[in-house]
Amino acid sequence: MLKFIIPLLLFIILSIFLALGLNLKPSDIPSPFINKLAPNFSASKLSAPEQKLTPADLKGQVWLFNVWASWCVSCRAEHPILNQLAQQHAAVIVGLNYKDEPSNAKNWLNTLGNPYDVSIMDQDGRIGIDYGVYGVPETFVIDKKGLIRYKHTGPISPDDVQQIFLPLIAKLQAETE
Amino acid sequence: MKCLFFMLFLMTSTSSYAVDYRQLSDPKQQENYETLTKELRCLVCQNQTIADSNAELAADLRRQVYEMLEKGQSREEIVQFMTDRYGDFVLYKPAFKGKTTLLWIAPILFLLLGLSTVFFFIRRKKASNQPVDSDSLQTNKEKQKKIHHLLEKGDAS
Repeated sequence: MLKFIIPLLLFIILSIFLALGLNLKPSDIPSPFINKLAPNFSASKLSAPEQKLTPADLKGQVWLFNVWASWCVSCRAEHPILNQLAQQHAAVIVGLNYKDEPSNAKNWLNTLGNPYDVSIMDQDGRIGIDYGVYGVPETFVIDKKGLIRYKHTGPISPDDVQQIFLPLIAKLQAETE
Repeated sequence: MKCLFFMLFLMTSTSSYAVDYRQLSDPKQQENYETLTKELRCLVCQNQTIADSNAELAADLRRQVYEMLEKGQSREEIVQFMTDRYGDFVLYKPAFKGKTTLLWIAPILFLLLGLSTVFFFIRRKKASNQPVDSDSLQTNKEKQKKIHHLLEKGDAS
């Protein structure tokens, strides 16, 4: 009897590990930023390079920080969803135009619509490094105190908006500064 | 055959070339640059180091390492800088701490598990084999006697 039970148990344990392994997403690297202050930057605005934006300017507001680029294919898939989200005016949406050519970026916004309240430029990818960006698009949700509360890697799906972003934004908007 | 040689040649030639070359003024820092870029993971192509990868992010991270070393920052400071931003995952050699204990200990645990299993099986086999062996020796002796008997007499009946 034991002869059958031991291999069976081993098999079950092995299957559990395999099942867990299959469902892991190796591209989802846990961000070390959760509940930490959003890294500082002072970056030129895409629409007006002589003007700078810093995270301090956004204090007291809940904002999304969306990393995008005109060369990024997944961003194109995500774009209409961001446009819809922007229409709901749930939170300020700041774009980080990552390693992009400003003319291409402007062109993109003109043809596909501009969901961003403001976009800033990061042509050499330094702000990207400070935010641990490794796969565009990425989206950070930052609360009124300037703490990063959530990071989303990859394009946002309509389900993500309904199930993750909108509830989280509502919760953060209700928090006092 | 020629094709095979060519393929072998390709296999041996790719491994050691860096994607771009950077020269630091201080040879010690140069050494640091080379070891660090081989210990940091490229997060886009997750099974390559930033020294191996030609992804844009890897190039940016190499630049970052280079600049920090030029400024005279230490290896530890750079490793800290990277883990602050990308987490332990960026390290091919993660630090030994609470979260990574299992990662470090698991190979030893599996080795011990394997060894003890082998040991257990060998001992069990020995224990179960011995009586059988002497038994068969006994029967062999009897058989040999019988054979001798047959050879001498020439007839079984």
